[in-house]
Amino acid sequence: MLKFLKAFPLVCALALTAAPVAAETLGLGRAALSDEIAAWDIDVRPDGLGLPEGSGDVWTGEEVFVEKCAACHGDFGEAVGRWPVLAGGQGTLERENPVKTIGSYWPYLSTVFDYVNRAMPFGEAQSLTPDEVYAITAYLLYVNDLVDEDFELSHENFLDVEMPNTANFYMDDRAETELPVFSGEVCMTDCKDSVEITMRAAVLDVTPEEDVVAEEPVAEEAVPAEEAEVVVAAIDPALIEAGEGAFRQCRACHEVGEGASNRTGPALNGVLGHTIGGVEGFRYSNTFKDAAEAGEVWEAESLAAFLADPRGTRSGTKMTFRGVRSEEEATALIAYIESLATE
Amino acid sequence: MTNIYKGMKPTRRNFLRGAAASGAALVGGATAARAEGDPAIIDKQPWSQFLGAGVDEAPYGMPSKFEAHVRRQDVPWLTADPVSSINFTPLHELDGIITPNGLCFERHHSGVAEVDPAEHRLMINGLVDRPLVFTMEDLMRFPRENHVYFLECAANSGMEWAGAQLNGCQFTHGMIHNVMYTGIPLRLILEEAGIKASGKWLLPEGADAAGMTRSIPIEKAMDDCLVAFKMNGEALRPEQGYPIRLVVPGWEGNMWVKWLRRIEVGDQPWHHREETSKYTDLLANGQARRFTWEMDAKSVITSPSPQMPITQGPGPLVISGVAWSGRGTIPRVDVTTDGGVSWQEARMSGPSLDKSMHRFYLDINWDGNPMLLQSRAHDSTGYVQPTKDQLRAIRGENSIYHNNGIQTWAVNENGEAENVEIS
Repeated sequence: MLKFLKAFPLVCALALTAAPVAAETLGLGRAALSDEIAAWDIDVRPDGLGLPEGSGDVWTGEEVFVEKCAACHGDFGEAVGRWPVLAGGQGTLERENPVKTIGSYWPYLSTVFDYVNRAMPFGEAQSLTPDEVYAITAYLLYVNDLVDEDFELSHENFLDVEMPNTANFYMDDRAETELPVFSGEVCMTDCKDSVEITMRAAVLDVTPEEDVVAEEPVAEEAVPAEEAEVVVAAIDPALIEAGEGAFRQCRACHEVGEGASNRTGPALNGVLGHTIGGVEGFRYSNTFKDAAEAGEVWEAESLAAFLADPRGTRSGTKMTFRGVRSEEEATALIAYIESLATE
Repeated sequence: MTNIYKGMKPTRRNFLRGAAASGAALVGGATAARAEGDPAIIDKQPWSQFLGAGVDEAPYGMPSKFEAHVRRQDVPWLTADPVSSINFTPLHELDGIITPNGLCFERHHSGVAEVDPAEHRLMINGLVDRPLVFTMEDLMRFPRENHVYFLECAANSGMEWAGAQLNGCQFTHGMIHNVMYTGIPLRLILEEAGIKASGKWLLPEGADAAGMTRSIPIEKAMDDCLVAFKMNGEALRPEQGYPIRLVVPGWEGNMWVKWLRRIEVGDQPWHHREETSKYTDLLANGQARRFTWEMDAKSVITSPSPQMPITQGPGPLVISGVAWSGRGTIPRVDVTTDGGVSWQEARMSGPSLDKSMHRFYLDINWDGNPMLLQSRAHDSTGYVQPTKDQLRAIRGENSIYHNNGIQTWAVNENGEAENVEIS
C-alpha cells in the first residue's frame, strides 16, 4: 500500500507534463542494485558515456598488445592468418578487396575501447584493467598513424581523437534508392533474346568437400571385446570427459586429435614424452626454442606445472592463458590430450 | 563435387526395366528357384522379421541413421577459428517451412555459452523508472506469444558478391532458419521497468564471452520483438541462445542477441563493433550504409540444386524452393527454367506468415534438356527480388552483407546442377 501511495504523485506529475501514460505493470522482477548495474554496465558510447577513469600510453600499449593480442593480430595489427587486420588499409575502401581496419574504416574510437574491454583478449574476455584498455587503444591509434609515439590516451582527452572515416557512414537509404527501382511490374514472357553463362562456381571450386559420415553403420561387433577393454582401461573415461570440458579454454588456439594442425598454438598430438617446443612447423617463442635445443621433454609434472602457470614457469611464452584453476583440471586436460594423441 | 551420386540407389524405373528384360530372358527357360521381382519386396527385410528398439532406446529421438548426411556444415576457409565462425543450414534437404532445431545454422563470436538457467538473470537498466532484475522464474510469469519468424544472417550469400563461388544452396543461402518461437513481448518487459521519455534506443547484451551488443530503436522493440525461450516447442538450443534470446522479426540475425542478459535503454545508439566495423554495407564509392536492419525479399530453389541433383531422369519433376521477406509475406514467386526468357508463377504451399519463410513448388515435366533455373520473390509490399547485377549496379561488390540477388542453377542433361551467373 505504501508503495502505491508513493508512486501516486509521480503518476500525476507524468500526466501533467504530457509524458507517455505509465502502463500498468505486473510487479515482476526486483530492483537492480547499483553494484549489480556497475558490474554489467560497461558499455561505452561515442559521446564518452561509460568511459571509466584511467589512461595509457603508446609504449605501454605496445607491451600489453604484444603480450596479449599479437598472437592473433600480429605485433603491428597486421594479423596472423585470417584473424582481423587492425591497422593500415587507408585508401583501399573504393578498391577491390578493401582492407577495413580501425584506421581505415571504424567511425568511432569508443567502439575500439568498448570492444577490447568487453570481448578481448579472445578467450579471456574482460580481464584487462581500464589502464590497459586505454594503452591498447592508444597503441592501435599509433599503428594506424593517427597519433605520435609519445601519445597518452585518457578519459579526459578521449573525445579529442578524430577518426578519419567517420563522415563516410550514412543511414540506410534503401527506401529511397532501391525500393522504387525494385518494385513494380515484371516481365513474364520473351524477356531476353539470348542467355549465356558468364561465370561458373566450379571454376573457383571453393566448395567444401563432402566428408559425410559413412552411411554404412560400422559393425560394432567387429571390434574384439578385449581390445576395447584395453583402450578403456588405459585412461579413466570420466577424467577424459572432464578434460574435454576443460579443453574448451584451449581450443580457440589449439587443435588435438585426428587431422589437428598448428594454429595460434601448436597441434597437441603427442605431448607427454615429446620434446618441449618440438612440434614441426610451429613458430615458438625463444623460451621454447631453448628448451627444444636443450632436448627437454614434457613430463606429467612439468606439463601440469606449465598449465597451472604458463608465464610463471616458461617466462616469455606466447601462450596468453591465465592457467588452469586446479591440479585436477590439469590432470584431466592431460588425460584428454593423451586420449586423442595420434602419433 | 565428384561424388554427388555416391550412395544413390538404382532408380525404381531402371530396376523395373531391368526386371522386365531378365523376365523376358527367362521365358521358356528353367523354372526359377525363387520368385522374380524387386528384392525389396521378394526378400524378407530384417526390419520386417526381427524386433526393433524398445521405447526407451532413445529418450530424446534422433533422425534415422540413413539421414546422417543431413547436417549443418561450415566453410573452413571463411573464418580464422571455429569458435568465432558460422555454419550453414542444409536447405537442400528440407521441405515445408520449419527448420528442425538441430539443423538451424550457428553463428557464434566466442563459442557457445553454456548458461545455467538457475544462474541466469535479465537486467533492464539505463533510462528507465525502475532498473530491474528478472530470474527465469520471473520471466515465466509474463504473458507469452507464439510466432514463426525467419532469422537470416546479414552475410547470407555474402560470398557471392563478386560472382558465383559456392556449389550448393546450403553454402550460398544456408545462413537462415525458420522457427516457431514462444516468447514474451519485449514491450511488456520494458513497461515493467518504465521507459523514460528520453529513452529512444536499446542495447541488448549477451552473456557469452563476446558480450554481444547491438543498438535497436525503441519503435521496433515496442512493436514486435520477443524475448524467446522456446523454439519449435522445446527450450532454445544452447547454440541458439539458451535460455533466452532476443527475436527481432524481419531484421538481420546479428541483432537477435543470444544468451540475453541485459537490456540498457539510452537516448542514442551505441555504435558498437557489430554495427560499425561489421554489418555496415560498404559501397563502391567508399561510403557505407549503416543500420541496414530490414532483410530484403529473397528466394532460392533448394531442389534441384548442386547438392540435390535430379537422379531419376526425365519426366515429372518437383522444383522446390523457399522465399522470405523482412517486410511482410511472400504472396508470389516466379520461376524460370530458361534463364529468365520466360517465367511461370510457382505454387505457394503451406502457411503464409508475416516475416516467415514460405515454400513454393513448380511441378514440371522435365524433357532432359539443360535448364537455367531461377526464382524471383515478390513480397507483400510490392518489392520484387532483384538480379545480382541490379544490386551490383547500386552497391558495387564490396558490401559483403545483404545480398538478396536472384540465384541461378545450371542443370545439365544428367540432372547435375551448378552455381552460375548468366547474362
